[in-house]
Amino acid sequence: MSRVHVTCTVNGDETEFLCDGGQTLLNALRDELGLTGAKEGCGTGDCGSCSVIIDGRLTCSCLVLAPEAQGAAVLTVEGLASGDDLHPLQQSFLEGAALQCGVCTPGILMAAAALLDRNPDPTETEVRYGLAGNLCRCTGYDKIVRSVLAAADSQRTTSQRTNTEETA
Amino acid sequence: MTVTESRPESSSEPPAARPRYRFVGTRPVRHDGLDKVTGRARFAADCDLPGQLAGCVVRSPHAHARIISIDTGEAEAMPGVKAVISGGDFPAVAPGDPNYDMGVNLMARDRVLYEGHAVAAVAALTTDQARAAAAAVRVEYEPLPPVLTIDAALDPAVGAIHAHMFTSGADPAPTEPSNVSQLTNFARGDTEAGFAAADVVIEREFTTQPVHQGYIEPHAVTADASQDGKATVWCSSQGHFNVRAQTAAMLGWETARIKVVPAEIGGGFGGKTTIYLEPLAVLLSAKAGRPVKMVMTRSEVFRATGPAPGSKFRVKLGARSDGTLTAGKAQMAYSSGVFPSYAAFLGAWTVFESYDIADFEVEARNVVLNTPRSAAYRAPSAPMSALATETVVDELAQALGIDPIEMRLRNAVSEGAINTLGAPFPRVGFTECLEAIRDHPHYGAPLGPNQGRGVAAGHWFNIGESSSATVNLNEDGTATVVTGSPDIGGSRASMALMAAEELGIDVYDITPVVGDTESVGFTDITEGSRATFATGMAVVEACRRVVADLRGRAAKMMGVDVSEVDWADGSAVHAGGEHDPLPLAAITAEAKKTGGPITVTGSLDAKGVGPSFAVHLCDVEVDPETGVVQVVRYTAAQDAGTAIHPSYVEGQIQGGAAQGIGWALNEEYIYDGDGVMENPGFLDYRVPVASDLPMIDAVIVEVPNPNHPYGVRGVGETSIIPPLAAVANAVAAATGRRIRDLPMSPVRVLDAIVNSGSDSTDSSSSNG
Repeated sequence: MSRVHVTCTVNGDETEFLCDGGQTLLNALRDELGLTGAKEGCGTGDCGSCSVIIDGRLTCSCLVLAPEAQGAAVLTVEGLASGDDLHPLQQSFLEGAALQCGVCTPGILMAAAALLDRNPDPTETEVRYGLAGNLCRCTGYDKIVRSVLAAADSQRTTSQRTNTEETA
Repeated sequence: MTVTESRPESSSEPPAARPRYRFVGTRPVRHDGLDKVTGRARFAADCDLPGQLAGCVVRSPHAHARIISIDTGEAEAMPGVKAVISGGDFPAVAPGDPNYDMGVNLMARDRVLYEGHAVAAVAALTTDQARAAAAAVRVEYEPLPPVLTIDAALDPAVGAIHAHMFTSGADPAPTEPSNVSQLTNFARGDTEAGFAAADVVIEREFTTQPVHQGYIEPHAVTADASQDGKATVWCSSQGHFNVRAQTAAMLGWETARIKVVPAEIGGGFGGKTTIYLEPLAVLLSAKAGRPVKMVMTRSEVFRATGPAPGSKFRVKLGARSDGTLTAGKAQMAYSSGVFPSYAAFLGAWTVFESYDIADFEVEARNVVLNTPRSAAYRAPSAPMSALATETVVDELAQALGIDPIEMRLRNAVSEGAINTLGAPFPRVGFTECLEAIRDHPHYGAPLGPNQGRGVAAGHWFNIGESSSATVNLNEDGTATVVTGSPDIGGSRASMALMAAEELGIDVYDITPVVGDTESVGFTDITEGSRATFATGMAVVEACRRVVADLRGRAAKMMGVDVSEVDWADGSAVHAGGEHDPLPLAAITAEAKKTGGPITVTGSLDAKGVGPSFAVHLCDVEVDPETGVVQVVRYTAAQDAGTAIHPSYVEGQIQGGAAQGIGWALNEEYIYDGDGVMENPGFLDYRVPVASDLPMIDAVIVEVPNPNHPYGVRGVGETSIIPPLAAVANAVAAATGRRIRDLPMSPVRVLDAIVNSGSDSTDSSSSNG
């Protein structure tokens, strides 16, 4: 079977890989690129463990064929931190004990990041609906929701401070 | 990067009576947390080896059929295929062998016993090739009638699935095989007299369907069998020593030939206390001479791995007008899938365990069906038994005009009460949990239209078992704590906290590790809420011996007798004060001169478990147009003994509550008439999502277990017991209808609202 050559951006780096035409993006990330942060919990788009952000849009990578990533910008959990600085969501999840087994965590972080990108000041209900495509079986979501709200708060505080500094 | 300790707001503060600890009871960021928020953490399916093959299982489309033939010839000739195995490749097992059930469950022999039962397995270069080859394995079946319901299994006219299965525990011993694998009877006092003494007697029937543990990580394994007859297995499980023992037994190998390396485990809840793929992967690897990786699909997880049993009960309780329970009678049946289990025994044990009832009779049957072999699910059997008891207690309280918490306070077991098995309870915190809920602002808060409030309690006995821990002090005074307990909910952080408390060094100077089967002493499964209790005891024991060693070395360094050296706040302190304290790091730096490396292993079989109680309070809002039930407020109080890391205790309470809510409202296995599962995916088997739930206020009650160095009881399981009844009682309060068949799906709730409900069909009598 001939392989498909795909060029895209993964976590900010221009990336090339070969894949089968019928291979999912999730499998290409995991098996061709060694990025195993995204998980396969169901393979049918029901659990959200494979969530990544493609061109700014939250996506189940198990429902996307790898060749469809041609030319796209893909963000996975491995690209969420900036060097040594954790993303505010990562920090708040750690401090808020928002993970137990941790297998859903990469997907939930990506869903939460996508939510905060479009809604920096979500209500609890908006967070709950924003994460409704991501199953967690350990936490009952309580600490996850609190941690997303805390991260939103800290992001807003930081950006306000930045704005103030810029104005000054 | 820096990680900081934080103390999120919590409704629970340690009681004043508890000793103040420096580390125990604090909330450090867990040691394994960073890897889990950055994608570094390696779960079972994240393990890859050079040259590995992909394995795939051939599964039965029939719930019950005789296997006439298996033809693997075509599959073996397909591109990329390196090995094919079926039942004949495993050691023969005979009915009655201890390994029979597991062996037949792993790979069918002469019959398939449920839809999804493994029949053969294939290893090929790629997953696609393995799947294609699996589809090319030709199996000829002769379908047999499946037994699919508890009623059918109890019907003597329905043929026995296993010709060798005679009901154990029955007196006289039966002469005919049946689908009742086991019978448990408990009785105390004179039940008829007890009911006669009651002012109100209520008897009700309940049914629940099998539900899945629903861990998000499917079962996965990578096995590498080498030419010397050994194999290394990477997988996630709740107990890798157990995986090793079971895999060895299934293959007929000596234990020492298998090494199991624990991966991070993506949820288990009891479902990963047994094995499904490991021996298949080892055998395929041995046959192919290459590593083999196998990963289940979600459909395979539902169809072939451990649901919790379904149940059908009739429970009767009597009470005096002052609320005192006088007698109880329970007739119970649990369906454990195709093989026997301890489900009925556990149900019989737990059904009346929370209350001091003078006279009772319990009769519980375990039945087998042509459905997947059930596995443990968090406090196995107790959520169903609590659904029955806690609903009837609620109805009694209602009938007598007694507040439901008060009703339970009047009957709650306390220290010295004799339990169902005939042993006295040690100090327990049931009353404290009831009081915590009674005194919580939630209990008296106003309710809106179509809302109702329910309360329910739950009890779990918890277990001890064997654990090992090795503490290694590093040259610079940091430490590694290696245990054999897979960390399913933050136990590494708990181990580090207890070690920090003992050694007197910072919790971040301790690296807690889960060792493989060749790197740490034998440790039983992470189950029975035992890890922080029992493995924690092993850690404490090892640390105390380390401290004894450190005192001896400090005495040498000071030139004094060891009896003059104490250990305080991480330093050896000379009692007389003539020598400066020697911090731990100063002693480890000189270890070579004082006797060599400082490393100690603690191993024990933990005794003195602390039974656990929980009380949950639930508000629901029921849409009268659609029957949809939304949980709008939830508070759960649980006696943790001592919360080593309160955040993860809260997490256990919240997670168990959420699973119980799913069980109450949505989750169930649905079979067609042929025994084919109709909802083997998360779209149709609907577990709670974030928008289904409110915040879950976890109230940690701390009544320390006197038999644990820090008072731990264990917290993993009890939280799933009360929600079924708490939700059911809340739905009854909201609608005036009692629904006793789970799940309380919209259709069922709407039916109860529109029609008269089931109350009229049950017996309720008043002796007064």
